[in-house]
Amino acid sequence: MSLKKMTMRQKEVMLAYGMLIPPVTIVFLIVLFPVLADIWISFKDIQLADLRAPTPSVSERVSEDPQNGTVTVLYRLRNRSSRGAVEDIVLRDTVPAGLSARDVPQFCEIDEDAITCSYEIWPPRFREDISILFDATPEFFASGINPRDSETTTTGHSVNALLDFNFTLDNFRKVFSQREFWKSVRITVIYTVFGTIGAIALGLFAALLMNTSFRGRAVIRGLLLFPFVAPVIAVAFTWVFFLDPFSGVLNMLLVRYELVEAPINFLGTRVMPIELFGFVVQFPVALATVIAFEAWRYFPLSFLFILARLQALPSDIYEAADIDGASPIQKFRFVTMPQLVGILSILFMLRFIWTFNKFDDIFLMTGGNAGTRTLTVGVYDQAFALSNLGAGAAVSVVIFFMLAIFMVFYFIFMPKGEML
Amino acid sequence: MTDKISVSGAIAAALAGLLAALLIIPIWGILATVIGLQPNILPVAIACAAGLGHGVAYSVLTSLQIRKNLRALISTATGVTVFLALSRGMPFGLPLENAGLFWGGGGALISFIGVEFIVRSSLDGLAIGKFTRDDTELLFLRTLRLYGFAFFIVIVAAPFYYMIVSSFKKRAELLIDPLDLSLNFSQGFQSLFVGYWEVIVNFNFGRYILTSGFVSLTTVIVTLLLAVPGAYAVSRLRFPGRVLMSNSILLIYMFPAIVLVIPLYSVFSQLGLRDTLVGLLIVYPAATLPVTLYMLQGYFRSIPSELEEAGLIDGCSRVGIIWRITLPLSVPALASVSIYTFMIAWNEFLFAFMFLDNPEIFTLSRGIVSLNSSEVPRQFLMAGAVIVTLPVMIIFLWLERFMVAGLTAGSVKG
Repeated sequence: MSLKKMTMRQKEVMLAYGMLIPPVTIVFLIVLFPVLADIWISFKDIQLADLRAPTPSVSERVSEDPQNGTVTVLYRLRNRSSRGAVEDIVLRDTVPAGLSARDVPQFCEIDEDAITCSYEIWPPRFREDISILFDATPEFFASGINPRDSETTTTGHSVNALLDFNFTLDNFRKVFSQREFWKSVRITVIYTVFGTIGAIALGLFAALLMNTSFRGRAVIRGLLLFPFVAPVIAVAFTWVFFLDPFSGVLNMLLVRYELVEAPINFLGTRVMPIELFGFVVQFPVALATVIAFEAWRYFPLSFLFILARLQALPSDIYEAADIDGASPIQKFRFVTMPQLVGILSILFMLRFIWTFNKFDDIFLMTGGNAGTRTLTVGVYDQAFALSNLGAGAAVSVVIFFMLAIFMVFYFIFMPKGEML
Repeated sequence: MTDKISVSGAIAAALAGLLAALLIIPIWGILATVIGLQPNILPVAIACAAGLGHGVAYSVLTSLQIRKNLRALISTATGVTVFLALSRGMPFGLPLENAGLFWGGGGALISFIGVEFIVRSSLDGLAIGKFTRDDTELLFLRTLRLYGFAFFIVIVAAPFYYMIVSSFKKRAELLIDPLDLSLNFSQGFQSLFVGYWEVIVNFNFGRYILTSGFVSLTTVIVTLLLAVPGAYAVSRLRFPGRVLMSNSILLIYMFPAIVLVIPLYSVFSQLGLRDTLVGLLIVYPAATLPVTLYMLQGYFRSIPSELEEAGLIDGCSRVGIIWRITLPLSVPALASVSIYTFMIAWNEFLFAFMFLDNPEIFTLSRGIVSLNSSEVPRQFLMAGAVIVTLPVMIIFLWLERFMVAGLTAGSVKG
């Protein structure tokens, strides 16, 4: 159908698709495709090193013996990869004039001026030396030509580790059998729940404070958004130095005013016994610190939303409450709070998912040490610190699975008609 | 004030004084500490007693119906006297003359003027004669507010102040007194800014600033080029799958970046895109597109469609309409989206960290990571942190209105 014969309606559909294809394609390639690829990789035995395809390598050595009229050429054949094989290798080199081979090694052919060796496969860590003894004419020695002057070329191909069809369950077996993994799940849940609650509670408090007009309100509102707007790298390092046990200001203040006996290594202490009403509680210091950072960095968001909501509340409900003789706290409890339930639950669910997904903050502050290794940090550790992409992808798949559960909850329990 | 003060009113005033002093005196003490004085005690009990005295004086004077100004004078004097007397003329264990007038007697005066101001404003409008439940609650809420503001200002401002000060502090200065957070201007401009100079000249940050700027601006342009037509299609054109599209846009945002890293790292490595800016420029727009699409389509929908229909009737093409009618009307939304995208790209850490190995093409975030070693003074790292933070903050303060709109739309992204 030509463009002219199309109805206006059809043209509109074509135009819409044309406009949508670029953004949809890029989102598909960069977001949805990796999600599927993670599942694929999680069932494969892939190490970081496998990304660089194994290549055949050859080095050539020449020793000349003019007295006997011989030249020995040594080729060292290597497959440096420890995991991938190279197939169909062909080695080519030129033979200078005046040389004639005494014997031809296996797999090789020598004609007038060239040597060609062909191999079916070099397995991983393949190493072999072939040495060829040539009879050389006096002219060869006189000419000063070195057989190394001509370049040795090798070709060969290897299977792309990402694309073959070898699957394994080892990654999942490995991940699930580690005690560290289950600890990670627990840490993630604690981090997510308290980080979310902390950020929303601080945001609610800030919004209630700012829900009046006073001079300088705009300035303070801007200031309150700083933690969220600033680059994570800058604020994370600032916190790290701020909390430093040796020269950090916080520890110095605490020690100077004798609030603590010795500096606390906030980001390096897994647990610290704390006495509460005669009970000794093992308090997870580093985890609590990264949770505090999460709450500090993301409260501005909850603050913005709750404040917007508070300012949209009609004043007549407060007037009605006044007439009924409600006290200020009663007004907050029975008038304001019920109006905020919707926005609070949406914020909770979204922040919950996002805190669950958080990686940068913990990675920069503790690197996952001292009891702060959440699942997302686990992905990095497996895939890049331990160089096992397959295991990292397996942890990613666990994350997807948990996310899918959260999203089902989200869609079931999201208050209808409540929009951000 | 016509009523005589009641017992409950007097207790309220005393309590207000106590709580105010309990807030202000420690702030004074900590300020004294961080400008390099070395106090060694935080006189909490003395502060409470002096605040209490201040509050009692306030309530007695109120019931005697003394004029406001005189009342303020006498009750402030009471507070200062009690404070200095109980601390034996050595607030925070520092001799008055050694600590200097301002941080000695002057500091006490300023503190109790603050207390007076707080007591007066927290009792303002309360029926001090017969203290009702409403009055009690209001007093409680006002005090809570006061502490709340102090709390938020401290937790937000302190790290940023610390970041800036650390970028001016040499290692030796830090060793002498890590608590001294004052800026030593007497050493001269050049010596003060040595961290910035080192980082920009010797650690190549000048180049990183340009790279970050280039990457962020290109991300903004690419995102807009992709998002404007897409958002327009979703909001204005009718096509099968439209509802699905507009519902699933934000769902994309629920996937964590760290799990996208493994496949993207693998594929980009094999395609030779990993250690390149092109690689980043493919990932960044994809990361910002969902929010951008969501926000723009919402805005396009709010533009009355009659305007566009008029254009259609006049024989304008769809593309012409977008260019001549929709976009000029959407400038505020485009500004918000651009600032939001710029901020995300500028602040991005994970992909820059994973992808870039070549120091020639580091972005600022990646460059700062490379400063995090024991051989590089902390001052340099903090100077780098200030350099990466400053542009975002300037844009933020300058265009806060647009920024807030962008943040709220982009809130789903953490």
